Amino acid sequence: MTDYQEYLEFLYSAVETQNKKHIELSESTSLVADLGLSSLEVMEFIEKIEDHFDISIPLNILPDVNTIGDLATKVRELNL
Amino acid sequence: MLFDKFQTMAGFQAELAERKVEPFGAVTEKILSATEGLVQGRNVILAGTNNYLGLSFDPRCIKAAQDAAARWGTGTTGSRLANGSFTEHQALETEVAQFYGVDHAIVFSTGYTATMGMCATLAGPGDVILLDADSHASIYSGVKLSGAEIIRYKHNNPEDLAKRLRRLGDRASQTLIIAEGIYSMLGDVAPLQEIAAVKREYGGYLFLDEAHSMGVLGETGRGAAQAAGVEADVDFFAGTFSKSLGAVGGFCVSSHPELEAIRFCISAYIFTASSSPSIIASTREALRIVTAEPQLRERLWKNAHRLYDGLKALGLPVGPTASPVVAVEMEDRSRTIDCWEALMEAGVYVNLVIPPASPSTNFLLRNSVSAAHTSAQMDTIIAAYASLKTAGLITSTQAA
Ligand SMILES: Cc1ncc(COP(=O)(O)O)c(C=O)c1O
Repeated sequence: MTDYQEYLEFLYSAVETQNKKHIELSESTSLVADLGLSSLEVMEFIEKIEDHFDISIPLNILPDVNTIGDLATKVRELNL
Repeated sequence: MLFDKFQTMAGFQAELAERKVEPFGAVTEKILSATEGLVQGRNVILAGTNNYLGLSFDPRCIKAAQDAAARWGTGTTGSRLANGSFTEHQALETEVAQFYGVDHAIVFSTGYTATMGMCATLAGPGDVILLDADSHASIYSGVKLSGAEIIRYKHNNPEDLAKRLRRLGDRASQTLIIAEGIYSMLGDVAPLQEIAAVKREYGGYLFLDEAHSMGVLGETGRGAAQAAGVEADVDFFAGTFSKSLGAVGGFCVSSHPELEAIRFCISAYIFTASSSPSIIASTREALRIVTAEPQLRERLWKNAHRLYDGLKALGLPVGPTASPVVAVEMEDRSRTIDCWEALMEAGVYVNLVIPPASPSTNFLLRNSVSAAHTSAQMDTIIAAYASLKTAGLITSTQAA
């Protein structure tokens, strides 16, 4: 079992190519408000995570996900 | 503020107004034939409709509608579950079921409510839905209402679908898998033989929306599953009367007798008025013509190949295979609007599609052909695209 911090590190690296504004990433970085990801880009990011951990991330979790930290928490739950 | 979220759209509308172009909701002032109309003051060839077989203007369908209006009145003023089931509706259900060779059919007031209603109802809390990432808005709306766990698989990618079914373990056999026959924006066909094989391996139920493929593909026009020879693997077929059948309305057919119980659970079926009898009557006639006149499909495909080959020969970025929907993909919004306008000036109406209605960040000039397009009209459409190139509005490099 991977811990929260490791998920976070993976998410930072996975989202880096989409970090067009080169902002410093943290747990509280918002995918839409800070990174400016479009809904299509959010889905691309999600697909990267799914392929890496060999999991499926249901769309149902998205309304609860604002920040990279939120996503790390969800991915960790799904991968338990 | 409540309205803040509409600012981007309002800005885009203002930009269009300033440029004096109205690509969205362009008003048709007169319909001259199935393939010609007076749109925004111009006589144009209609190359952005879903009138695949040209039946919207078939005299037999018009007559059927007129007769039904005279006999039944203009509307039913009620739900199918109350006062809105006339013998016309019942007859169409029987005929659609027969057309598909199954025993059960539900007729809906629109194609949108057919797919939305079925997707919202078939799976519920505790179930899983696996849908193609490029699914139509009606499918996305439906699955959101379902309460089921919603997972996307990569567009037209059976390996990704298989991977996701494997991840579900025991739950795979209880999963609703959703695909479309022909995808509406790029005209690409689902790899249904592979999808059906994945379903056979893992289990689950397959729901197939044949909105753009019914009347278009398959030996008797049933759609993409018939063309692929996998109809037995499809649990539910949905479709619309608004495209190849030239009217409006939708359906779902199935060999599962449970469809009759499901009918009574679909809000989008119960809490809306049934189709007006004139629409039902013209649809019945159109369905009869689809069966009786396979030459319409041949003509459609001849035109489809003609347009596809013509645009491809111009070096334009069209999809991988010919289809009645031929989309030219472009990266720049402003350039795409310029092209749309120039096509209108050249007498050709096509659909302008912007994200998120297009499946990527690209903009589309979406063309759709009809069996009713004449050879001369096909030439005009292709020539209009050629002049976009001459005018420097479009090149193979500017497009995606
Ligand atoms: C794939 C798909 N499903 C459903 C619909 C809805 O059909 P209708 O426009 O007849 O309501 C459409 C078309 O708009 C479609 O493209």
